[in-house]
Amino acid sequence: MSHSESHTPDSGDTKCAPTRALDVETIRAEFPILQRRIHGLPLVYLDNAATSQKPRSVIDALTRYYEQTNANVHRGVHTLSEEATAQYEGARAKVSTFINATCPKEVIWTRNASEALNVVAYSWGRANLKRGDHVLLTEMEHHSNIVPWQILAAERGIELDFVRVADDGTLMLDNLNKLLTSRTRLFGFTYMSNVVGTINPVKELTLAAHKVGALVLLDACQAVPHMPVDAQALDVDFLAFSGHKMLGPTGIGVLWGRRELLNAMPPFMGGGDMIREVHLSGFKSSELPWKFEAGTPAIAQAIGLGAAVDYLSQVGMDAIHQAERELTAYALQRLPEVKGLRILGPSADKRGGLVAFTLEAAHPHDIAAVLDNLGIAIRAGHHCAQPLHERFNIPASARASFYLYNTREEVDLLVKGLHKVVEMFTF
Amino acid sequence: MDLYAEEILDHYKHPRHFGHLDDPSLVYHDRNPLCGDEITLELKIEDGKVADVAFTGHGCAISRAAASMMSEEIVGKSLDELKGWDKESIMDLLGIEVGPVRIKCALLPLKAMKAAVWGLAEDE
Ligand SMILES: Cc1ncc(COP(=O)(O)O)c(C=O)c1O
Repeated sequence: MSHSESHTPDSGDTKCAPTRALDVETIRAEFPILQRRIHGLPLVYLDNAATSQKPRSVIDALTRYYEQTNANVHRGVHTLSEEATAQYEGARAKVSTFINATCPKEVIWTRNASEALNVVAYSWGRANLKRGDHVLLTEMEHHSNIVPWQILAAERGIELDFVRVADDGTLMLDNLNKLLTSRTRLFGFTYMSNVVGTINPVKELTLAAHKVGALVLLDACQAVPHMPVDAQALDVDFLAFSGHKMLGPTGIGVLWGRRELLNAMPPFMGGGDMIREVHLSGFKSSELPWKFEAGTPAIAQAIGLGAAVDYLSQVGMDAIHQAERELTAYALQRLPEVKGLRILGPSADKRGGLVAFTLEAAHPHDIAAVLDNLGIAIRAGHHCAQPLHERFNIPASARASFYLYNTREEVDLLVKGLHKVVEMFTF
Repeated sequence: MDLYAEEILDHYKHPRHFGHLDDPSLVYHDRNPLCGDEITLELKIEDGKVADVAFTGHGCAISRAAASMMSEEIVGKSLDELKGWDKESIMDLLGIEVGPVRIKCALLPLKAMKAAVWGLAEDE
């Protein structure tokens, strides 16, 4: 990418080296969909927490794979299969480096974050949890980090506890040592809330969990796309995320886990690729990571995610995080200008790049529909976090979520659009 | 914009039949958990016909306008006739194009009304 090549390195004379600013114009030009017009107006895409748009390099990687390499992996000795296998495993290595895993074997491909979280519940949970064991979650979890545990609770008689959420959208940690007991076997929580935007203190929570011997499952779905994430430094035990929220294709996600844990876990699904030997009398599992990857995988999608990781690394995760923080602070400053607008979640310093809100005058669906007519895409609903909405006594909210290609001008358009919503629905 | 035609907004801002009946023959509550729309429909039935109707609840403009317009329309109609109502009956009333996502909002009042009239018929 030209913008990163033309950039001069930090001069190094300041204590806190400024992260290089994003060249948003150049970045925007690399996302073909941003040229689209919606209802005759330029697309303002503010639904990145649901899924991100894709740069040309990712789209090209998919096309190139299908045009030049397409073959099944790990199965053929012909040229195409060898090339496909090399690219597919190469993508795994890229992701491994991106999150600083100790080794690519620890990177398990899944369909998405939901499947990654389910692998932990079904494989680790079934093998390790028994009646009376506790799993601690938080009230701000996405349904995909609640429901698998509820299913397991019904099946196994384990107990679920929840860290509650304070009025400002942060976790209430005062009584954490009461919630984390010797019976807590796992603490599952999100790195960043997809509704209130809160970035949780992962290291602190992990330390507390490990003190009582509980493992930590980190839902990093909203973190890996937006900030540097170092699996080893965080010291968590499992980490889950989706490719499609980080410029990659749909259909590919990741479960990262500590190798000794993954090695000790039973396979999740049975089938081709996940076995070493099969006889009519039984089977032997393959080694990591394939043990958890039954059947022909999402090959093109994995390769596409590899290209996405290349793109993100070239731009720089620090720079992306910084730019999103600034944009979010700007949004938090401007949104209250809108009459009857209530922001969910904490102040700018405690959150990542999204803002959920309600309007007195209009239901979130109506807000989103009016904005759509102005070319602005936001999310309306409960964002797969119904318990959190119940906590705030609201059925739904509207959410604008940012990524590296969003601009202040787009925030201005959002605010302008919201003024229009208020005007339309006030009586 | 099409979805929010003048008439829809008018019904949203000034819903007809909003409130409660003194002595409803039947009350039906329904909700759309996905978006949090909620409706309680009260019907007064006399001689097999809707003598009066009222609704309460909260939701988006589309669901509220649909409830308001439907309430106006069903007064005086026979239960047999209302049992025959379908999606098109509501769409004709709304007079707008509703996409696949918002259709659930538009149809919630109908769902409640149909459950009510069929439920009543079963009791009788
Ligand atoms: C915090 C969080 N966890 C999990 C998920 C689930 O991701 P996916 O739907 O890609 O499995 C999402 C996204 O919707 C999310 O925001």
